Amino acid sequence: MTRSGMRGLRAAALTGTLVFASGAFAAENPIKLGVLEDQSGDFAAATIGKVHAIQLAAEEINKAGGIMGRPLELVTYDTQSDNTRYQEFMRRVLQRDKVDVVFAGFSSASREAYRPIVDQFNGFAFYNNQYEGGVCDGHMVVTGAVPEQQFSTLIPYMMQTYGKKVYTLAADYNFGQISAEWVRKIVKENGGEMAGEEFIPLGVSQFSQSIQNIQKAKPDFVVTLLVGTAQASYYEQAASANVNLPMASSVNVGQGYEHKRFKPPSLKDMYVTTNYIEEIDTPKSKAFLAKFKAKFPNEPYVNQEAENSYLALYLYKQMVERAKSTNRDEIRKVIAMGDVCMDAPEGKVCIDPKSQHMSHTIYLAKVGADHSISFPKVWEDIKPYWLGEAGCDLTKKDPMAQYTPSNPPPKP
Amino acid sequence: MDIATLAFSALYQFGDAFAFLVLSACGLAVIFGMMGVINLAHGEFIMCGAYVTAATVHAGLPLPLGILCGTLASAFVGVLVELLVIRHLYERPLDTIVATWGLSLIATQGTLILVGSTMAGVGTPFGSFQVGAYSYSIYRIVLFVAALAVLAALYALFNWTRFGVLARATIQVPHMAAALGVDTRLIYSLTFACGAGLAGLAGGLYAPTMTLVPTMGATFIMEAFVTVVIGGADVFLGTAPAGGLLAIVKSGMTSWQGQLFGQIGLLIAVIIVVRVLPKGISGFVLRERT
Repeated sequence: MTRSGMRGLRAAALTGTLVFASGAFAAENPIKLGVLEDQSGDFAAATIGKVHAIQLAAEEINKAGGIMGRPLELVTYDTQSDNTRYQEFMRRVLQRDKVDVVFAGFSSASREAYRPIVDQFNGFAFYNNQYEGGVCDGHMVVTGAVPEQQFSTLIPYMMQTYGKKVYTLAADYNFGQISAEWVRKIVKENGGEMAGEEFIPLGVSQFSQSIQNIQKAKPDFVVTLLVGTAQASYYEQAASANVNLPMASSVNVGQGYEHKRFKPPSLKDMYVTTNYIEEIDTPKSKAFLAKFKAKFPNEPYVNQEAENSYLALYLYKQMVERAKSTNRDEIRKVIAMGDVCMDAPEGKVCIDPKSQHMSHTIYLAKVGADHSISFPKVWEDIKPYWLGEAGCDLTKKDPMAQYTPSNPPPKP
Repeated sequence: MDIATLAFSALYQFGDAFAFLVLSACGLAVIFGMMGVINLAHGEFIMCGAYVTAATVHAGLPLPLGILCGTLASAFVGVLVELLVIRHLYERPLDTIVATWGLSLIATQGTLILVGSTMAGVGTPFGSFQVGAYSYSIYRIVLFVAALAVLAALYALFNWTRFGVLARATIQVPHMAAALGVDTRLIYSLTFACGAGLAGLAGGLYAPTMTLVPTMGATFIMEAFVTVVIGGADVFLGTAPAGGLLAIVKSGMTSWQGQLFGQIGLLIAVIIVVRVLPKGISGFVLRERT
């Protein structure tokens, strides 16, 4: 194709978008939302649904008149499960596309890869994913669940039900390491002991030796913090070796819907604390699921990160409309009031002003032998309390840092 | 814990690591080790075998037939790839890297678009057995036996059959083979298909034990390449001892210090072998004859 031909095509594509945008909303200036999520690569199975959830929420908001009468425009890039892509595209959406807000990231490694860029260019980002907790950064809003929500509910329940010897099998990067630290801390606080720990490099798919190490340690249950599709092979291999131990997790099922992908009964007796999965049987959850399936009939599963992404957009709409601006400082003044709440598909959620994290309804999901899900317990309104108690207060000071139990915020 | 239990568990772990290395590497040993085509799409041939196996099992075929279908499908795709792409690049080995890398990207993304982000698993057959305090998966023993069978079959194929002799002749001195009336193009095609089929077989055999996703080939490719690189050009004399050596290092290090050290140990072993034996293990074994 000739050069001028290319240019013509590009111009046509551009005008096409413009016509589309202006058709619905007179001459209003759109609010631009950058969407950086993995639509290919190792994490795609868990994250394509996040993009769809954002598209669904954006469509609903635009149909209902946009945000303050301004249409919402999505600027979407596929980050390919690759941390360097996050950095590249984060620079692009902030510098070239000049978006008002970015929804970005699945793995904690990717979040820590892009977060300095958001800080550097003074951007505003939502991380709509459960993670190991501790990010105290005024440029970020986190709608995913954190360890004090997922582990301080799950681990004591498991220890009461099955016993006090715990084995952790975790992905070997910041998420797995810090989450394992949380498990260790909570097990100790509840008078249990760690039977063992192993960290698995991302991308590893063969677990024979790890399975044997677990059998040797004889734990009462195994905490699996495995990430990515390769590591999910563990369940099938453990089941075929007849390990037959109860499992507990903050990431599996709720993210990668392993109970749908593997043949029963390989995930039998898996317990997961999650703030949403599509099996939750409440009218709000069913209505959300129905809307989702109507727009994306082939969606394999609607997971917790999809719900986080969906509600995040509505929270953003509320913040902008109350602040009457997309300016981050104005929005943070609204967050500081402490009453940014909404009725989400999972139940009521509120943003905590100190940490800019979110309170959640936490569901304990149990996978049965036939891979059906039951909910033995539900905890309502669990707050993301740790950062605030440890000394992070974004209404006063913005350290732009991540803290862990062994590396808490400095005392003033 | 008694000695017999420990010995069995060490043996089982060795066999498991050996099977994974050998089955991942066999197809590549034919295509890269023997033919000299650096095939970066090797993982995608494995993925193709696994996907076809799972799809046919979902459609109602028994697993062994499903694996056969996966193997044949990969071999068929191998013939097509050889005809359309590789055939034109035998004189330009470095260009095959780019071409096969491109193919692997197309295959991964194409599968994601056409089939979706995941495929339902088929479940591991046969159940488990108990030795001492440990329980083991019977299917892992099947994989070990399959690895040995594949090695034996390759040895027989390239040493005792007419096709094997023609293939070796064609690859060593192509113009001489052609002068003697061998259809070298056909031989190249069939050899490439054989390698692709072996990759498909590995995918089919591992399909019941793994997550089925478009990127699954990537988990095999590192092990496949290091085994072939230190094995050298001979499929049987290279791959078998290389698989054995690396399996000892990997299973030993993993049981001692965990998966991370297993991988570190594997790569250090590879660096040492490549430094000491630049032509690989088979180059060392065969040095008397050349």
